[in-house]
Amino acid sequence: MKILVCISSVPDTTSKISFEENDTKFSKAGIQYIIGPYDDYALARGVELRESLGGTLTVLNVGLADAEPQIRKALAIGADDAVRIDAEPTDSFFVASEIANYVKDKGFDLILMGRETTDYNSGVVHGIVGELLGIPSFSPVMELKLEGNTATLAREIEGGKEKLEASLPLVLGCQEPIAEWKIPNMRGIMSARTKPLAVIAPSSEALTSIEKYELPAPKGACKMISAEDAGSLIKLLQTEAKVL
Amino acid sequence: MSVLVYTELADGQFKKSSLEAIFYGSKVATQVGGSMTVLVIGSAADEELAKAGNFGATKVLHANAQNLTAENIMAYSKVLSETAKSLAATIVVSAKSSLADAVMARAAGALKAGLVGNVVELPETSNGFKVKRSIFTGKAFAETSITSDVKFIAIKKNVLPLEETSNSAAVEKLSVDTGSLTESSKVLETIKATGTVSLPEADLVVSGGRGMKGPENWQALLDLAEALGAATACSKPVSDLDWRPHHEHVGQTGVKVAPNLYIACGISGAIQHLAGVNSSKVIVVINKDPEAPFFKAADYGIVGDVFDVLPKLTAAVKAL
Ligand SMILES: Cc1cc2nc3c(=O)[nH]c(=O)nc-3n(C[C@H](O)[C@H](O)[C@H](O)COP(=O)(O)OP(=O)(O)OC[C@H]3O[C@@H](n4cnc5c(N)ncnc54)[C@H](O)[C@@H]3O)c2cc1C
Repeated sequence: MKILVCISSVPDTTSKISFEENDTKFSKAGIQYIIGPYDDYALARGVELRESLGGTLTVLNVGLADAEPQIRKALAIGADDAVRIDAEPTDSFFVASEIANYVKDKGFDLILMGRETTDYNSGVVHGIVGELLGIPSFSPVMELKLEGNTATLAREIEGGKEKLEASLPLVLGCQEPIAEWKIPNMRGIMSARTKPLAVIAPSSEALTSIEKYELPAPKGACKMISAEDAGSLIKLLQTEAKVL
Repeated sequence: MSVLVYTELADGQFKKSSLEAIFYGSKVATQVGGSMTVLVIGSAADEELAKAGNFGATKVLHANAQNLTAENIMAYSKVLSETAKSLAATIVVSAKSSLADAVMARAAGALKAGLVGNVVELPETSNGFKVKRSIFTGKAFAETSITSDVKFIAIKKNVLPLEETSNSAAVEKLSVDTGSLTESSKVLETIKATGTVSLPEADLVVSGGRGMKGPENWQALLDLAEALGAATACSKPVSDLDWRPHHEHVGQTGVKVAPNLYIACGISGAIQHLAGVNSSKVIVVINKDPEAPFFKAADYGIVGDVFDVLPKLTAAVKAL
């Protein structure tokens, strides 16, 4: 089994978001970066499959050098080697074509990633990668089992889930509860230091670019209603907020 | 410039989010001085499809095929990209949904089109082509320009208030051959809650957190949801504990909702939870702790015990 897990490096989910240079740049100052939470689920399932079926697990990140601690963490969790495509991941098509260019001719059976990144939330990279490689893509996948060349998976749908069967190779966008997040142990952290991490120059072009950032308008004050008189809220929702 | 709107059906009718996409597409077409075509794949009656006219469409292309499931994503994206090519569409619009996202992604990949999702306003087209989208799960916005010839945009729910007219659209048949593309996968089983309001589509949502204390207490929340005709949702620990099904989990790592009204019952308002609900128009928070962080993000708040407050709200809704 040859598995590729694509990870993003994103601000910790508790980060306070702010911008600089006239709102044209995200402020990285004071921000703690993590492996994208959804990518972390994909990685955890990838490591489990690699452990039970053998083979190799490569982790790929499209990102700048400051993503390397997250890549090393993925190696510590259980990836065998890593690739970093040295570019700012600003556009879905760009990231997807970098992944597809790398994957081409390498014979990966399974390409896993999160259903979306928690910074730009596009949720389309897996689909574009699948199209560029001409193989099926599914998302959001919450269960994944492999038997020979056949994957049985469950994807979340509105109001439930859909179980399906597909033959490898596949591209999957993952989410919980596909596996539990893994924490690297000491041995993993030590061995990650010497695992190979190749850095490759990008070869494609972005089709979108961010011109300006903006923060939402601050919320007005919260109107408090006493618990005794809770029923009066419904009238307010109807006549004042006009949502009923 | 011509606009193509990709739409989805539920039970033989346009999804509300698709009507929003049609309306949005018609505004974009007017803005750029082009025409708009609606593409729909699946089974529906012509009279239903003609209703796209109420929201600004003049022409609907209908491929009467099996309804979209995961196994025909590849086939549907091919229909979308081929249709876009044959109409020389330069702007392709859809509403965000997990299947539409997949179809849009693959079609954009095939056409080498820049794709921007979570769009929250009409595009700026006077100088280039820019759209405003929500990023960081609703914590910020980014004005994004699309530089490719063909542009794909997926809009968020509730972007424009729908205006309905009584025009009707011409429905044309589109014949498609999608057979060979579905062989590599097969749906084995679909497990779906029936008779409940779809969460991503819902205008009203009642949501419960760990403060509900256990699955056996959910009836009070379900009663309010039923009285309102609302969808139900929950926080992550609640679905992790299996008190509620996973598809109800909202937040940073769950479903993102943008209803008109979100009622949070016994939810503390952790930043990761807020990320999935902060696009709601009006937020009501019921929590026994006056210091709960959720009150800072709320429009209306009640400090009190959910089990005391919920029945009062249900009674008041029934009395409307
Ligand atoms: C990477 C990451 C991603 C995450 N993603 C998500 C996500 O997508 N969605 C999500 O929800 N969480 C997410 N979380 C978890 C999040 O941080 C919180 O732990 C979670 O939202 C808390 O859920 P809760 O509010 O139900 O529970 P608690 O924080 O335990 O809050 C319970 C609340 O109920 C109140 N309460 C108790 N009893 C009563 C009563 N009788 N009447 C009224 N109020 C009462 C309490 O005062 C308290 O405020 C994520 C965390 C991480 C680290």
